[in-house]
Amino acid sequence: MAAIELRGLTKVYPGGVKALDSLDLTIPDGEFFALLGPSGCGKTTLLRTIAGLETATGGAVVIGGRDVTRVQPGGRDVAMVFQDYALFPHMDVTDNIAYPLRIKKVAKGERRAKAEEVAARLGLEKLMDRRPGQLSGGQQQRVALARVMATQAQAFLFDEPLSNLDARLRLEARTFLKKLQRELGVTTVFVTHDQAEALAMADRMAIMEAGLIRQIGTPSEVFQRPANTFVAGFIGSTPMNLLDAVARGDTLEVAGCKVPVPASAEGLVVDGEKLVYGVRPEYMTYQAGTVEGGLSGSVVILENLGASHLVTLDVGGVTVQGVVAEGEEPALGEQGAVVPRSDRALVYRDGELVAA
Amino acid sequence: MTRFVAGRIGFYTLVALLLAFFTIPLLWLASAPFTSNPTYEVRVPDFTWENFQIILDHPYALGSLVNSLILAIGTAVLVVVMSALAAYALSRVRLPGRDALLYALLLLSSIITGTAAMVPLFQLAIELGLIDSHTGLILIMTGGLLPAAIFMIKDFMDTTPKSYEESARVFGASPLQIVRHVVVPVVRPGLATIAVWTIANVWGNFLMPYLLLSDVEKQPAAVIMYTLYTEGGQANLKVLSTFGLLYSVPVVLMYLFVSKKYGFRFHGGIKR
Repeated sequence: MAAIELRGLTKVYPGGVKALDSLDLTIPDGEFFALLGPSGCGKTTLLRTIAGLETATGGAVVIGGRDVTRVQPGGRDVAMVFQDYALFPHMDVTDNIAYPLRIKKVAKGERRAKAEEVAARLGLEKLMDRRPGQLSGGQQQRVALARVMATQAQAFLFDEPLSNLDARLRLEARTFLKKLQRELGVTTVFVTHDQAEALAMADRMAIMEAGLIRQIGTPSEVFQRPANTFVAGFIGSTPMNLLDAVARGDTLEVAGCKVPVPASAEGLVVDGEKLVYGVRPEYMTYQAGTVEGGLSGSVVILENLGASHLVTLDVGGVTVQGVVAEGEEPALGEQGAVVPRSDRALVYRDGELVAA
Repeated sequence: MTRFVAGRIGFYTLVALLLAFFTIPLLWLASAPFTSNPTYEVRVPDFTWENFQIILDHPYALGSLVNSLILAIGTAVLVVVMSALAAYALSRVRLPGRDALLYALLLLSSIITGTAAMVPLFQLAIELGLIDSHTGLILIMTGGLLPAAIFMIKDFMDTTPKSYEESARVFGASPLQIVRHVVVPVVRPGLATIAVWTIANVWGNFLMPYLLLSDVEKQPAAVIMYTLYTEGGQANLKVLSTFGLLYSVPVVLMYLFVSKKYGFRFHGGIKR
């Protein structure tokens, strides 16, 4: 068990593509850490650089206080679960789980015992003689997890651990993985492009874009106070309203309506400057008619989210969305207003959060 | 309805004729060795072992089968080992001009056949002192089969996910361990295919041994077959059919064995 520290980590591919741009990141011992970002943002490259499968162009990777930047993957004492699990098709479950021990020259009897012990913990004891091809997706994933557990490495790296499972199984596996990580207490870094997955599982997460880390924080920090408009747009299952605004004293003019300057940005905006006003649909309340301090318009679309509805208003030509509880949804075409919660609304200047 | 029946009858007649066309030579090969005086007809044999006795007494027949075996296995071992290593490297390392190299190899080896290269190969063998030796012949036939073998086995290597090897690497396996524990077992059906293909190729090769081996004791079965004539210069059907049967059996057995053992299937990926 060990902390992972990245110092000025840079990876430039031959051909000049900068996949990682001088990243600094510290993941404390025992943390479940998510690397989140759209495809091509460098999150998988970062994971592979920690594993040693890619060589850093600059900077350092420190695992458990030891600089491993130039150490081969096998010498780093990390274990990795690949997106396709990379189970060896010609070995049965026992041999797959025991493979890391075989490399470490553990005696055959001992490594079989260890494999059985780990497998029993993951409920695989009845599948020990099967080949990976005879297992379901969920079982394959558990074999891959058992295999990394058998290594007793200092840190685990998971590359998109849930993307090969179907939707329902994914939810189960999410809970299972989080529970397992908590029990084992091993520092774990996982890569995902699914913000809901990252929010649900991680203790902390880094949101990446084009080789840069745009924000590091706990899921609630990242959800409630995105540090920039990129993170604001990326996190959340319904996209955040990001509306052009102009400061007018202690109010903001947004789409022809007046809303108060949010608490977080009070006293920090200059009269007349152009800003972006951001508020999540979940932090809006809907009221019929025109409301002071709200964004008023006509209801154009209603989307059913199950226990709630997403209401889309046309506010002077600008689209604004809010969430209303079930049974309270307005009629299409109705005049109404969404009122932002002042303690959750945010203001961005040049894409960055305005806050003290 | 009548048209349909007539059509069916026509179709099956055609199939039966085609089948007969391919079956009759095989039936002849199966029956003639057991017949006292075989002709070109397929006849019910009178089950004599006399023809086999003639082969046993022939000074070079059995020895030539052993020679064939030495040449075939020697070439197969070389081709499998070398093509596997070359294909692995070509599949995993990005070299500038790699694909061009591969296609050039395939093109040259399939266009410039043994027949066309006969004279220079003969010259080369003489210069290097490889004439009249099994080693020389094995080397030359290996060279001829390698390009196509590399091309075939590279396909197997390409379809093996890279993550298998990376996974083993993270667990600390050395490159040689990765090849032994992961790559070879995964592409084993491919290697078996190459081995069988090579053996069948060498077994049936007439030109190269005919050209490069003048010592009759070293010649393989394919060349000895050519010498089985009567004093009158007629094909000696008694020995020819019997030797032909003995010549075919090992290859058929090999196919059955390999197909049973490896099933010529490939488990490169795991279905999800």
